[in-house]
Amino acid sequence: MNRQHAAWLFLAPALLVLGVFFLLPVIAALALSLTDYDLYTLADIRNLRFVALGNYWALLQRPLFWSALGHTVYFVAVGVPLSMAASLGAALLLNSPLARAKPFFRTALFAPVVTTVVAVAVIWRYLFNTKYGMANFALGHLGIHPIDWLGDPHWAMPTIIAFAVWKNFGYNMIIFLAGLQAIPPDLYEAARIDGASPWRQFRHITLPMLAPTMLMVAILTVSGYFQLFAEPYVMTEGGPLQSTTSVLYLMYEEGFKWWNLGSASAVAFLLFIIMFAVTALMLRFSRRGGES
Amino acid sequence: MNPRLAKAMINGLLIGTAIVALFPLLWMLSVSFMAPGEASSLPPPLLPAHPTMDNYRELFVHAGMGRYLLNSLAVSSVITALSLGFNLMAGYAFAKLRFAGRERLFQALIGALVIPAQVAMLPLFLLLKYIGLVNSYAGVIVPGMATVFGIFLVRQYARGIPDELLEAARIDGAGEWRIFGQIVLPLLKPIMVTLAIFSFLAAWNDFMWPLIVLTGQEHYTLPIGLASLAREHAQDSELMMAGSVITVLPVLALFLAMQRYYLEGLLLGSVKG
Repeated sequence: MNRQHAAWLFLAPALLVLGVFFLLPVIAALALSLTDYDLYTLADIRNLRFVALGNYWALLQRPLFWSALGHTVYFVAVGVPLSMAASLGAALLLNSPLARAKPFFRTALFAPVVTTVVAVAVIWRYLFNTKYGMANFALGHLGIHPIDWLGDPHWAMPTIIAFAVWKNFGYNMIIFLAGLQAIPPDLYEAARIDGASPWRQFRHITLPMLAPTMLMVAILTVSGYFQLFAEPYVMTEGGPLQSTTSVLYLMYEEGFKWWNLGSASAVAFLLFIIMFAVTALMLRFSRRGGES
Repeated sequence: MNPRLAKAMINGLLIGTAIVALFPLLWMLSVSFMAPGEASSLPPPLLPAHPTMDNYRELFVHAGMGRYLLNSLAVSSVITALSLGFNLMAGYAFAKLRFAGRERLFQALIGALVIPAQVAMLPLFLLLKYIGLVNSYAGVIVPGMATVFGIFLVRQYARGIPDELLEAARIDGAGEWRIFGQIVLPLLKPIMVTLAIFSFLAAWNDFMWPLIVLTGQEHYTLPIGLASLAREHAQDSELMMAGSVITVLPVLALFLAMQRYYLEGLLLGSVKG
């Protein structure tokens, strides 16, 4: 058998799957977003009309799109730094030579990552129940009045952010831990001899050495957090007063509740463009920061 | 700072963080054994007064949880088996077989990682609707049969296989499939385990796509079934906690048993990428 030929046979199944069930739909999504595909088209394809950028134009004029984008950006802008700070903090603790029982703690802190979002979101819904939830019960001891965590438009998103941080910080913690372990110990040794305080060691050795890892983690976490969906679906159904309706939640409702598939595809593409732009900006800023 | 104090502080903080990480899971387990309504009292009880299995019985006998559990097991196992096979073949080809356009094709695949999966979901739904796979197990399985991440992971690992080994086998007259089956696969065993765990966990926990493609209860996987129960039984915290235990326990157990492979794969897939 010809070796080129063999190579393509090995590749064929995977490439076929990715081509037919991913690449083709992505291209189709672009085409779909330029049409008015809706419930009537679903019944009879002859109702399909080309609307050019009409869906995009209509979306940009819809307050609901902007509010969904605003909520998603809020979730990303607050959630990602908090989540990364928690990951880094936990990794520093685990990496400390003074820490005991490291394997146990590593497993315990990582456990939330492997759990199913829906199942643990259900748990949080009860922990943050206004009347009987543990959260309000504990705060009550500090003299704080019960907060309607998931029912108050001001508190619903912070509660979802807290949940996401709890669920995800273990993942980046493992990556940071590996990054910390890769820093040569003699750097710290030299700094100690020069009398540098732990804070200055962290500031001038740990952070710069960890910078490439941080950038990668930040990019991956940002794109993950932009895809917020299951949390509001289970915890708040996008409410209260649509305060937790994310872009993907909007896409889901637009597409699979109202069957406006053309408009929903435009939502998906806009999200993709925004994510792409944010990633490109992050890369550019980090490059500039690295040069100066 | 005094080293004793520092040690107490660091370990104290670790214990505190571990409590925050584990408390919701332990609370879930405890409440799942409470009698209906017991958790909705003040002060919120930490342990069941009279532990009972009633919630689990109710879920399996009346709420169809057994069906969802079997669906989840079946769907996740099939996705794991198929994607493992396809990703291993493709990853090995990218690492070790020479063909025109190899690097460019691989770059293109990696580039496709920036496209969020949700962009494909609407046309994918239409495609599956036209070929009659909406509301079937196949509809959930088919898009997961190969992943760029899996191909990447296998390629990284397979690059460590020495070329001389493969050349020697070729000189001995072995065909490409025999080389793959008898020489390459045994060498790829560690990455196979890692990839299998990743695929299984991802398939088990997947929510958005099964939610879209499964329209009837008989095919629901556990997360979809649980989400739909949660909307119907919002007040029954004990019942819902039992449902969460059933959903989370299998993956948590799998992770605990295989965590070395899982964490290695996590690092291989991200740090070196």
